[in-house]
Amino acid sequence: MLEKALAGNRTYWTWIAFLLVVIGAGGVCWFWQITTGLTITGMSRDVVWGFYIAQFTFLVGVAASAVMVVLPYYLHNYKAFGKMTILGEFLAIAAVIMCMSFIFVDMGRPDRIMNVFLHPTLHSMMFWDTVALSGYLVLNILISRVSLSCERRGEAPPKWIKPIIILSIPWAVSIHTVTAFLYSGLAARPFWMTAILAPRFLASAFAAGPALLILLALIVRKLTNFDPGKEAIQKLAEIVTYAMLLNVFFVAMEVFTALYSDIPEHVHHFQFLYLGLEGNNTLAPWMWLSLVLAVVALVILVNPVTRRAETTLVVGCVAVFGSLWIDKGLGMVIAGFVPSPLGKVTQYVPTLPELTISAAIYAGGLLIVTALYKIALEVRGQMKTQ
Amino acid sequence: MDGNRRDFLKLAGLTAVGAAGVSSIKPTEAQASTDSHAETSAEGVRLAMVIDLRKFSKGDALIDRCVEACHREHNVPDFKDDPKNEVKWIWSDDFETAFHSQEFHFIREDLKGKPTLLLCNHCDNPPCTRVCPTQATWKRDEDGIVMMDWHRCIGCRYCIVACPYGSRSFNWKDPRPAIDNITAEYPTRMRGVVEKCTFCEERLARGLEPACVEVCDNDEIVFGDLNDPNSKVRQLLAERMAIRRKAGLGTQPEVYYIIDDPRTLQETAPAAVVEVTEGGDHA
Amino acid sequence: MYDAGKIIVGLVVFVILATSPLWLNALMGGSPEAPELQLPTNGSTECVESTEYMRAEHMDLLNQWRDDVVRKGTRDYVSTTSGKVYDMSLSKTCMDCHSNKAEFCDACHTYTAVSPYCWDCHVEPKGAN
Repeated sequence: MLEKALAGNRTYWTWIAFLLVVIGAGGVCWFWQITTGLTITGMSRDVVWGFYIAQFTFLVGVAASAVMVVLPYYLHNYKAFGKMTILGEFLAIAAVIMCMSFIFVDMGRPDRIMNVFLHPTLHSMMFWDTVALSGYLVLNILISRVSLSCERRGEAPPKWIKPIIILSIPWAVSIHTVTAFLYSGLAARPFWMTAILAPRFLASAFAAGPALLILLALIVRKLTNFDPGKEAIQKLAEIVTYAMLLNVFFVAMEVFTALYSDIPEHVHHFQFLYLGLEGNNTLAPWMWLSLVLAVVALVILVNPVTRRAETTLVVGCVAVFGSLWIDKGLGMVIAGFVPSPLGKVTQYVPTLPELTISAAIYAGGLLIVTALYKIALEVRGQMKTQ
Repeated sequence: MDGNRRDFLKLAGLTAVGAAGVSSIKPTEAQASTDSHAETSAEGVRLAMVIDLRKFSKGDALIDRCVEACHREHNVPDFKDDPKNEVKWIWSDDFETAFHSQEFHFIREDLKGKPTLLLCNHCDNPPCTRVCPTQATWKRDEDGIVMMDWHRCIGCRYCIVACPYGSRSFNWKDPRPAIDNITAEYPTRMRGVVEKCTFCEERLARGLEPACVEVCDNDEIVFGDLNDPNSKVRQLLAERMAIRRKAGLGTQPEVYYIIDDPRTLQETAPAAVVEVTEGGDHA
Repeated sequence: MYDAGKIIVGLVVFVILATSPLWLNALMGGSPEAPELQLPTNGSTECVESTEYMRAEHMDLLNQWRDDVVRKGTRDYVSTTSGKVYDMSLSKTCMDCHSNKAEFCDACHTYTAVSPYCWDCHVEPKGAN
């Protein structure tokens, strides 16, 4: 089936070429990074995790969101999602591979990555995150492969795939929970040490992921004969709405606990994020933008009229994705390090090479999504004949 | 033919993966040495450091000598004007910063701005060893030192994230160019690994004191075994008021800071009394 | 066979490229000289273990030393040949005698295209011995 990704029209190949150029640029920067060191990024002694790990954290959520399509369809027989499940699973595959790539480029000694498997450490959440992500990748590859190849042959999928699909549901929840556990068990970082971190991660994942899925489905519908169906899109939009409401509620809970208790250790991180600390306010405009986008998103999505109209729905989904990307992909990780355990404020701005490498990984993810979606659509005979 | 070739390739792939998987299953190392929750045992040694702040004052050359002794002995790079890449095993900051969670507003005169040596606390319940995914850092059973294995470290920096004291540094680039005089008997590190104070375990193995302790001539830093009731560290802790950094987090740090009024030194070491000026300098 | 022309041509090209070290060497005539190791000039004639053992096992021995010193905290190595006790250290023991890295260590490593990363960290002594 993979050969189906190698046949395409002009638009297709132009898009692929563009992605390859971005990947190439990132590859050059990455080569510089592995020979010179992570000094080419904006990270420093106090801010040791930056853009790379923040992207990883955000994308784990996107990967987990496949469950929002799989669960209704397989557990509750919600037939409307029938055409969407493969898209969700393929998105999950691309997202997990992007996660692993972001971790790989963030490591000081990527040549020693096998040490994580050669010396398994059961008390380290990072070990379990590796296990969870690897397992989730295998699950999704297996499930999507079996489903699609059976669809191609016009057969029903084998019985043994059903329990594996069911397994992927709690597994999806677990990948984002264990990623939250990386942060929420650290006495050293009061900004992250909150029980609500894992629920908050999941809520934002189940808003951002399906929002992206809606956008992707609509793009695919525009370019091909594929139509997920109005009901599927609308149901996903409802899921995004509730998840976003929950996420905003959780954020409000965090803000209340920190600000009402007025404990400096907690207040300072929020102060840094939204107002700036000691003149360092790089993130403040972004955080307010995230807030504005969240409000815009909810205004559109809560109102059924604007949620049902596809033009406004698209705006809403973009607003959700943008708001949550800023929240997790920019704010959450950096703010854990400012101020430092000694109360110092350090500036962190990702450097151009750092951003280029990150863009290359995103391009790689888009490449995987493009290729896999192309295969799925070819199998279904839904590519436009142009 | 199509189906058979596919099945063959599937079988070959699975066999290769299986063979690789089986050969990589090794018995895990004895978990005893990586137990990050080991309590202070009555047997064995539990090393600790007591820093007598009464004997340090602003402008004191001893601080620099301690830092220099450590950094020279261990080939710690000096990124002089490059704070982004800074690597340090021991350094000093003022007292209010070292204990900033105390949120001092009013403080005894002599403590204002007092230079305070900061280093890895070699905690008894270290959060850094708990998070390391490869056991490249672990707590030694035999003496409580939180040790580093620079061959195994993958540079994920999770231990730095978990340390509440900012004790650890990462090699963002190759440290060698930034080392002025390399001490040949001790290795340097490579770019991409985390490093920190190791309580001079290589010196302890040769029966020597830690480098920073050695340059002290008046017990400004005292080092010893907490499990030995007759050790100097135990005596000091029994007689003087000592605090530890962020002790409330449960990390059980083993670097203690004596904060008694320097005038108590009159009783024990009159020659070493630090002058406390009445209504004197403000930080 | 489908595309037989392309496949066979491709296979031939691949076999030629993959075996190139062999026929290139045969063509250029003669085999390169074995590396000449400069032995210690500080008078020492006895290594930690025998020459044959060290030739075959020094990599594993050094890995063992690494784990013993760093992870177990033990530093004394008892030679199985002589029973003597040595300090397990590349820089201090091995390179005390084999102090000329270029003419001892590198001679074989370059010949066999091996680049061990020991000296990224461990300091080689200055000056030839």
